[in-house]
Amino acid sequence: MGYPAVPPGSPTNLGRNGPRVKEASPNEAPELGAVDTMLKRGKMEWAIRVEGLTKAYRDLVAVDHISFQVREGELFGLLGPNGAGKTTTIRLLTGLLQPSAGRASVLGYQVPSEIVQVKKKIGVVPEQSNVYEELTVIENLLFMGRLYGVPRRKRRERAEELVETFRLAQRKKSPARSLSRGMRRALTVACALMHNPRLLFLDEPTAGLDVAAARALRDLIQGLHRQGVTVFLTTHYLEEADLLCERVAILVRGRIAASGSPAELKKATQGEPVIEVRLEKPVARFQNSLSLRLPGALTTAPNPGVLRIVGGDPAQALEALFSSARETGARIVAVNTLQPTLEEAFLKITGLSPTIMAKEKTR
Amino acid sequence: MSLRDHLRGIWAIVEKDMRTYYLKPPAVSWGVVFPVAWILAFYLRNPGDFVGLLPGLVTMTALFSSTAAEAVVINFELRLGSLERLLLAPIGPGTVFLAKVLGGAFFGLLMSGTVLLFTITTMPVSANARVFPVLFLSLLAFASLGAMLCILVREVFEAQTLLNLPRFVMVFLSGVVYPISAMPTPLRVLARFFPLTYSVEGLQAGLSLSQPNTYSLDLLALSGFTVAFLLIGMRRFSARFK
Repeated sequence: MGYPAVPPGSPTNLGRNGPRVKEASPNEAPELGAVDTMLKRGKMEWAIRVEGLTKAYRDLVAVDHISFQVREGELFGLLGPNGAGKTTTIRLLTGLLQPSAGRASVLGYQVPSEIVQVKKKIGVVPEQSNVYEELTVIENLLFMGRLYGVPRRKRRERAEELVETFRLAQRKKSPARSLSRGMRRALTVACALMHNPRLLFLDEPTAGLDVAAARALRDLIQGLHRQGVTVFLTTHYLEEADLLCERVAILVRGRIAASGSPAELKKATQGEPVIEVRLEKPVARFQNSLSLRLPGALTTAPNPGVLRIVGGDPAQALEALFSSARETGARIVAVNTLQPTLEEAFLKITGLSPTIMAKEKTR
Repeated sequence: MSLRDHLRGIWAIVEKDMRTYYLKPPAVSWGVVFPVAWILAFYLRNPGDFVGLLPGLVTMTALFSSTAAEAVVINFELRLGSLERLLLAPIGPGTVFLAKVLGGAFFGLLMSGTVLLFTITTMPVSANARVFPVLFLSLLAFASLGAMLCILVREVFEAQTLLNLPRFVMVFLSGVVYPISAMPTPLRVLARFFPLTYSVEGLQAGLSLSQPNTYSLDLLALSGFTVAFLLIGMRRFSARFK
């Protein structure tokens, strides 16, 4: 779709707030002014830099001194429950709200003082699909092209390209109000891409979509990312963030509780190693035999025919496993090393229950 | 951001609002049918001087049509979130507000222009060049007033209610159907605070129904109202997103 090539993978950088998984060295995070100059010259570095950004209302601090960076070409996720300040952060970075304190730069331009320059280079997909229902699919796209000053000749070409990419070609002459929720969401994303933005903000992109539509949209987001578009998304779907994002920051009550790659967050919060064994059928003596061979580990049976070995030396556990199977005549059908999920990491980092995130899904 | 960028953004929004909201039956009926029915009702009550009612008919059409869909283009879009789409474009909130005002004024021009054309071709009145400045400035003043009032409230129904208050007060007190000179002194003073008063006076001169003694003052007053409503409205609009 005419985007620049994807830059090579970038090292992990982390926010300033909360228990960071890895500190950014001074070399990785130069001063805002230097970064901005590099970006304006077209040298890719940080697409977003935020320092101490705060938004306070009379009796509420929605965003409380948050700091983080997003590299150009990166797919970055801001996670958090309802009311954590995710949407407020996007609104601050896109000029829809004025910060109470702190500094932010987007693509090398200061926010909010250089917001017009920022707006020319970013696309924003709000949580609510806000296309014009009276206009057709193609009219919505052409209108956005006009609003962003896409030349007349390129406007039609780009709109046709986007309806193909987003699988809306069959419905391009239909009013937006007649589209399904998933198609309307796809049109909202397409509208945000009419002017070829370098950075795309997506606020809860898959909220309210059915499984198939959400999956299709995730594929599109990954496709955009592969084409070099920097993607900044907010989500309360932990599995979505785990699947899509190169790095995430967890926002709780307006503050960044942790940041890093999903793997780093999971690793940092990992407890003892867990090995799960599945047997063809339950064998009563198998667990006893295993417990005797592994005195330093805890052996549990969460389900009939399934055993978990928690702690101890994994190599010794595997050896004991096969010895016990031979001794008791148990037939092993699968052995897995269980990795902590991002949900478990979220639980440990925030002290919140993942059901708080699930509650928001049903809204 | 160049002036051309702003003008391009304004025209894109005006055209979109025109197609999406204004050129639809509710806006057309409210903008034209209502003033025509109102004036006809007065004429049937007192058939002696229909020509004297013509400036009121044209200015009422300008007032009702320029404000006919502002509650929708502003409050409804705020509610749907589609106004944010405009605010995210590189044109600024002031330009978006101005585009909303100009959309109303443009629709008002289409409607009141049609009524004016019908009037001067079928009635014994002779229009002169004074008609155009007073009509343009009236449309801008009314559309700015409507947009400013809409931005003070959140819901469409609140905006419609708020818009009706000055609309109907002005119709009774601005000389549309009842001459200001025949009103008691306090009402004559009150009438000077309404832009419609200056529109009716200016259009009477534009249709050669009175001497243009106060014409310059009428234009000045309408310009003053337009600037004041625009500035207040833009300020309130920008403040919504702080």
